[in-house]
Amino acid sequence: MSRFRPKDERELTEIIAAAVAQEEPLELVAGGSKRGLGRPLQAPHVLDLGAFAGIQQYEPEELVLTAGAATPLAEIEAALDRAGQMLAFEPGDWRALLGASGSNPTLGGVLACNLAGPRRIRQGAARDHFLGFHAVSGRGEVFKAGGRVVKNVTGYDLSKLMAGSYGTLAALTEVTVKVLPRPEATRCVALRGLADDSAVRAMTEALNSSHEVGGAAHLPAPVAPESEALTLIRLEGPIPSVEARAAALRRELGQFGPIEILADEPALALWRAVRDVSPLAGLAERVVWRLSVAPSAAPDLAARLASGLDFRHFFDWGGGLLWLAVKGAEDGGAAAIRGALGTWGHATLIRAPDALRAAVPVFQPQSPALAALSARVKDGFDPKRILNRGRMYHEL
Amino acid sequence: MRMPTPDAAVIVRRAEIAADLRKILPGEGVIEAEDERRAYEMDGLTAYHESPLLAVLPSTTEEVSRVLRYCHDHGIKVVPRGAGTSLSGGALPLADGIILGLGKLNRILEIDYANRCAVVQPGVTNLGISLAVQHAGFYYAPDPSSQIACTIGGNVAENAGGVHCLKYGVTTNNVLGVEFVLIDGEVIRIGGKHLDAEGYDLLGVIVGSEGLLGVVTEVTVRLLQKPTTARALLMGFPSNESAGASVAAIIAAGIIPGGMEMMDKPAIHAAEDFVHVGYPLDVEALLIVELDGPPAEVDHLIARVEAIARANAAVSIRISNSEQERLNFWAGRKAAFPAVGRISPDYYCVDGTIPRRRLSNVLTRMRELAVKYDLRVANVFHAGDGNLHPLILYDANKEGELERAEALGADVLRYCVEVGGVLTGEHGVGVEKRDLMGTMFNDADLNQQMRLKCAFDPAGLLNPGKVFPQLHRCAELGRLHVHHGQTRFPDLPRF
Repeated sequence: MSRFRPKDERELTEIIAAAVAQEEPLELVAGGSKRGLGRPLQAPHVLDLGAFAGIQQYEPEELVLTAGAATPLAEIEAALDRAGQMLAFEPGDWRALLGASGSNPTLGGVLACNLAGPRRIRQGAARDHFLGFHAVSGRGEVFKAGGRVVKNVTGYDLSKLMAGSYGTLAALTEVTVKVLPRPEATRCVALRGLADDSAVRAMTEALNSSHEVGGAAHLPAPVAPESEALTLIRLEGPIPSVEARAAALRRELGQFGPIEILADEPALALWRAVRDVSPLAGLAERVVWRLSVAPSAAPDLAARLASGLDFRHFFDWGGGLLWLAVKGAEDGGAAAIRGALGTWGHATLIRAPDALRAAVPVFQPQSPALAALSARVKDGFDPKRILNRGRMYHEL
Repeated sequence: MRMPTPDAAVIVRRAEIAADLRKILPGEGVIEAEDERRAYEMDGLTAYHESPLLAVLPSTTEEVSRVLRYCHDHGIKVVPRGAGTSLSGGALPLADGIILGLGKLNRILEIDYANRCAVVQPGVTNLGISLAVQHAGFYYAPDPSSQIACTIGGNVAENAGGVHCLKYGVTTNNVLGVEFVLIDGEVIRIGGKHLDAEGYDLLGVIVGSEGLLGVVTEVTVRLLQKPTTARALLMGFPSNESAGASVAAIIAAGIIPGGMEMMDKPAIHAAEDFVHVGYPLDVEALLIVELDGPPAEVDHLIARVEAIARANAAVSIRISNSEQERLNFWAGRKAAFPAVGRISPDYYCVDGTIPRRRLSNVLTRMRELAVKYDLRVANVFHAGDGNLHPLILYDANKEGELERAEALGADVLRYCVEVGGVLTGEHGVGVEKRDLMGTMFNDADLNQQMRLKCAFDPAGLLNPGKVFPQLHRCAELGRLHVHHGQTRFPDLPRF
């Protein structure tokens, strides 16, 4: 087992080329915060990309930032904060969830895993803000794609392909992202004591209104603060705007029960908790699933699962994201969850012991045609399966 | 512009291929007669035309699949086509290839307000989606200027934008799923009513793939609630620099307008002469800024934008106080292309994106190039996202003018790349910008893109001659070259 830490693109290329020649896979790491995500790896070597760090160009008025892929997220967020901007896709900090305290999440890691927080429903995921990159492919070749401007359709949108590829196609060295102004104010419309189905109906009503909802989550009683179900609807923007929209929603959602409006800091803290999956992070003995589903199908899905599984759960994305912390099932609940899900979405096993993540498909199994196409895509970037072999699917 | 040499052996089989395809598509789905084929000879890039081998018009996914399978098995090239509004020649036919027209797949299959999405066939027009949901207060956000005619299938192929995309995103940000057919006839579904499909984001590469990867037969799009209010400011500036500075200051102040459009003096005059809505004629640049959203927010931001513009030397500012007034502000901008078409026999619309801070350099260079090529240029500009649309005025009946217009456009795009921008912001590469790809990408970059193409279409039958200056064989692209015969890890410190 060797650990390589190339200091520049040339050394990185040489290491990957040698790994290709010897057909010895590499595990890609930078900050190390997401090593527990995906299927466990059995790579003989670690490729540490930590040297590809540092903000290279940041022009707030152009809404773009270019940085080394291994730049710590904290450094990026601090620079954006100073200019009143943010990564609008709101990537979560999953260190507590994944038991990776002491690690250091990077921008490249966030992009490679296509993270997205509660604002996903309004502003998109990492994929939607990933404008361009430089990388070394699993063929040991330097290449680039995309650009450094916010609007670009020149060539295939390979940034999308890199987002969510978990380092299985190329080692990112430099990335460019779109950034956006941070909202001036936040208000959170909170409803208490709702059952899952009423909560999703309330969130749907809010999301289908013209009030530009930028977050809609529901914490059932067992995982809510003060053990009372809490439904949260977030409004962001200039102060007069959030005040007016909160007042309007208070009227329009009155049928669902008494409504409280939380301003800035208490609201922000709640949304950080939702973003970081904090309600489930502490349930250490449970495995954690992330289900992306059609929002309207979510409450019924949770209800059907409850008949056979012991779990805690909460909803984000207006119901479209269902987090489950499952206890006691031999397969972690994989068969029950994927069986109940049908064609309504997909489930990913986010946290589980290595043995379980090796035994059950971590990512949703794909149709044979789609799996074959994905394997051919992998062939084009990494024919010898050098980069993070098997991280997503066995055959990739 | 050189297209792949037509295969005479395919062309002589036209009647036989038509007969075979009629077995798949009985009735009027296969167009063979020369005068009828000619209806498909060009798209929105009117400088180029070619009569296709056949035009084939399937009505179902099953028919698309069978036609593609036939073409795959017989080595026949396929050019997919929506409404044919591409400005980059994306649907330019090949003499030895069929046009696969998706216009008959034109049904809205489902509208699902609870999940804020609609499932539609590719031949539905962009505007058709918004019209179908407007009674419920919803719309489909991307709004390319051809939206009355262009189809969602074409929008997906080109990753179409519009004037509202800085705030609401382009096609790729507003599509949740697709059903598409590979060249071998395999039907694949990706995504659906949920967000972010599992596995590789193949949806993300299908969108914007210009018909080179597969044929989209169904699209699930996101629906948004229409903003309650929209108001606009119409502002004149003494220079392009001061207008550009205002745009930068608006964004630096944390404001993302629903639309932010700029016009230069020639464009202002052409538009005003055409629609007479009171654009100021004594200014060098005009900025239209539209704020949309809840009324409290719009009123608040209008005042802030006005203050920013005044601080940046705006010489005239009008603020819309009625819907009619807002529409009047837009009327000139929306009519900019036909307005230019009125003062010139022909015009050629260029599409590049630049970092906004380089706007004045680019406009200065454009003026120099216009002198060099002895042609006039009017500029409209999606100022919020840096997407430039220079309109080059020429007369196709004058010897050499088209060639000069194209050369001028290519020089403008090269300069866009030189200042840190890109060749195309929303119109696509197509045939138009194909041979300029090398100014932005080196061989390694293009080879990697072509390897993606190989995963979908190894024989290169889908829309050949577009996007890539030269399409290499997949076997050649797949070959691994071990660097310097290297088989050992380099001598680096190990940890």
